[in-house]
Amino acid sequence: MNTSSPTPSALFAAFFRIGVTSFGGGLVAYLRDEIVTNKSWMTEDEFLAALEIGQTLPGLNSVNVAIIAGRKLAGPFGAIAAATGLVIPGAVILCILGFLYVRFHKNPDVAAALAGIAAAAVGLLLQVTLKIGAKQFLNPIDLVFILLTFVLVGLCHVSLPVVLFLVAPFAIILRRPRKEASK
Amino acid sequence: MRELVSLLNVFCLLSLLAVGGGSAVLPQMEHETVTVHQWVSADDFATIYSLGQMAPGPNMTMVGLIGYKAANHAGLPPGFGIAAMIIVLLAFYLPSSFLTYAASHIWDAFHDNPWRDSIQKGMAPVTIGLMLAGVHAVGKTASYNPEHGLHFNAITIVVGLAVTGILFMKHINPAILILAGGVVGWFFLRGI
Repeated sequence: MNTSSPTPSALFAAFFRIGVTSFGGGLVAYLRDEIVTNKSWMTEDEFLAALEIGQTLPGLNSVNVAIIAGRKLAGPFGAIAAATGLVIPGAVILCILGFLYVRFHKNPDVAAALAGIAAAAVGLLLQVTLKIGAKQFLNPIDLVFILLTFVLVGLCHVSLPVVLFLVAPFAIILRRPRKEASK
Repeated sequence: MRELVSLLNVFCLLSLLAVGGGSAVLPQMEHETVTVHQWVSADDFATIYSLGQMAPGPNMTMVGLIGYKAANHAGLPPGFGIAAMIIVLLAFYLPSSFLTYAASHIWDAFHDNPWRDSIQKGMAPVTIGLMLAGVHAVGKTASYNPEHGLHFNAITIVVGLAVTGILFMKHINPAILILAGGVVGWFFLRGI
């Protein structure tokens, strides 16, 4: 189906470029633009299928999509090339930011700027949460599970595995597949 | 050495618990690294998280900095800081990547299984609840921190809500707003 099969090094180069330029999140959109639009390595449907797997399984959606796309296009080395290409630039930049942070965080100017940056980051995370959850917040049953999970994990510090094994099964069973004509 | 093994254990587990993306494990990560192991202070955690939002690539790559600070905190020599950073990044990215790699082989067999849709629909509100808990985990230090005065908290809350509001109204790169938050903070939060 793919007219052109990239080599692992071509994958690394493409994902590395995304890893350098993708400031401000929304990585999946960058991945789609590169893989589907610019390089035509996958069709839109193939990309959406990869995204569906990546979102369902644990781990970061963007890294999971890189693993799946890399494997489909160039096998195990393709998967490694895509994921490392995506992660390494940010890791290097964060390494530098981290050194600067450790060195200068006691400086009052830096501390004030960092407090503003952290406050803005909370606003970003809140917006992403509200946007992704818009449908769920308006559904009464979903809202109960949102609040239950928030209170258990966020306020009572119940451990995440406990919540995933006690709360999630009920949430899933409520959405169980229903056959049109049975029981 | 014991610290490095603890880091490995904690972040491998977090990797496999990150259902619905990285933000979902933020509350658990904050609890483990700040309260349980005390690798970083609550302030460090909030700042490291926000640095992750400014760097390109997956924003959870910031976990490496928690490893770096943990090695620092344990009194290990500087070279170990880089080692700890690499260990944490591998611990956080490898387990879920292996799982995804393996699962993408057998996915087609499950594709038409009706339970797949149930799992996605059922997990969605749990993931949103976890992300909301993540907002609180960072916000209780960065936005509404009882250790700061009323004036300070008023500014941090307004900055956060302004970012939320602007992002809903305008299509703008969030990294620019985060940087703008830094400028506002430098201007208004100095000496408070």
